[in-house]
Amino acid sequence: MSGTPEHLVKSFDLELKRLRNMMAEMGGIVESQVALAAEAIMNRDSAAATRAVEADPKVDALERQIEQFVVRMLALRQPMAGDLRQVVAALKITGDLERVGDYAANVAKRSMVLAQFQLPYSLAGLAHMARLVQEQLKSIMDALGAGDTEKAVEVWRSDRVVDDIYNALFRELITYMMEDPRNITPCTHLLFIAKNLERIGDHATNIAETIYYAVTGDVLPDTRPKGDTSAFTVVRPREA
Amino acid sequence: MSMATDRSVGSSESFGAVRGRAASTMNEPRIAIRKLDFFYGDNRALKGISLDLPDRQVTALIGPSGCGKSTLLRVLNRMYDLYPGQRATGEVMMDGVNIIDPGIDLNALRARIGMVFQKPTPFPMTIYDNIAFGVKLHEKLPRSAMDERVEWSLTRGALWTEVKDRLNTSAIGLSGGQQQRLCIARTIAVRPEVILLDEPTSALDPISTLKIEELIDELKHDFTIAMVTHNMQQAARCADQVAFFYLGEMVEVAPAGEIFTSPRQKRTQDYVTGRFG
Repeated sequence: MSGTPEHLVKSFDLELKRLRNMMAEMGGIVESQVALAAEAIMNRDSAAATRAVEADPKVDALERQIEQFVVRMLALRQPMAGDLRQVVAALKITGDLERVGDYAANVAKRSMVLAQFQLPYSLAGLAHMARLVQEQLKSIMDALGAGDTEKAVEVWRSDRVVDDIYNALFRELITYMMEDPRNITPCTHLLFIAKNLERIGDHATNIAETIYYAVTGDVLPDTRPKGDTSAFTVVRPREA
Repeated sequence: MSMATDRSVGSSESFGAVRGRAASTMNEPRIAIRKLDFFYGDNRALKGISLDLPDRQVTALIGPSGCGKSTLLRVLNRMYDLYPGQRATGEVMMDGVNIIDPGIDLNALRARIGMVFQKPTPFPMTIYDNIAFGVKLHEKLPRSAMDERVEWSLTRGALWTEVKDRLNTSAIGLSGGQQQRLCIARTIAVRPEVILLDEPTSALDPISTLKIEELIDELKHDFTIAMVTHNMQQAARCADQVAFFYLGEMVEVAPAGEIFTSPRQKRTQDYVTGRFG
């Protein structure tokens, strides 16, 4: 963060830097997992799917490593104020990133099932959602690295759009299932995939809130733009 | 326990006679410092300090060397009166009286505002006499009442069980941590309302330090405490309110939880995180 003078003990600053690097590494792997998972669905690319799944243990290992590092820093350095918030934020964010990695791997696995089906309908909506979510992830990792609260707030707001697309997809997929029972299997997988992508967007929002608190010490307002109404959605069959 | 009836201080008769606690409401600070300046000769060491010391809470004063925190502490019990060329202007209000006014009875003031120093300073007397000495200056107590007061003070000072069987031995024979607790017991023996602590544990080992921090936690139920400390973690553990000083000014004052998690001023943040240039 610019304008912050150096710590009087250099090794402390070096440890904070190492923490930031580990977070960036974890973010990078998770971003590529999401990209690979998206490719796997759109292009029926089973190789991409496999790579997305295989990256997951690395992500889990990094999460444990970062967690141990944070606990050690708290014990040995007793960080205060902004440093304390930064260190605790790292703990929260790795949790979010680990979940994103899991969702991406799950999407990749489902893409391999989907590949067996001929889908008579377009996956454009899903593709759009996947792209948005990838952008969110990239933005939030940039915001984390730079301590950029404006960017974090942008990502925080952008989740509304992802939720809107998810709601539309939800209704669409149910409609396909009602039209033809042969659609049920692929559409159910697509539903889960869409839900996983929507959850990735939610986690990006969580990360945004955490970054905002870490940098400013203030909390973003409670009313996060939550647009996912699928919990209340009912699609009624047309009267015959 | 009998108490002296004449504790009047200064021109206002009510100041000594009324023990401030009954009069103060929950929200009134025990001491209200307003626009206090302090001079060492021509050097203005404290600049326009305004700070409340909330009743029965611990206020920690932190800041780098030379920032004025110990100077402020010593204004509160008029220690500077001992030195010509040192003077204070402004207000330090306690029960409606400005205690830096010239007419104030300093002995009575220092019985209401006690001080404990960094280096334990036991008198070269018995443990009993250490406690009784200050009490005798202010009150005429029969022997039994004095015995009670000594026991009460040493109990509140978390020292009684360790010394009850050797009250007539020299205080110099106590360990550093015990001597400091003796000094605290001696201070509270005259039933002050405010206790000033100037780096009370910096000369002590970690266990003694924690014992005294626990003592501070208990004492604040009955006494208002102002504490200068160089140890940020100690301020974090002990204080209800923390005031950060720099070059004679008070930069920020806030509850301890806030100052160590999200201070508002950059200089405060730089100091508490160890980034001071």
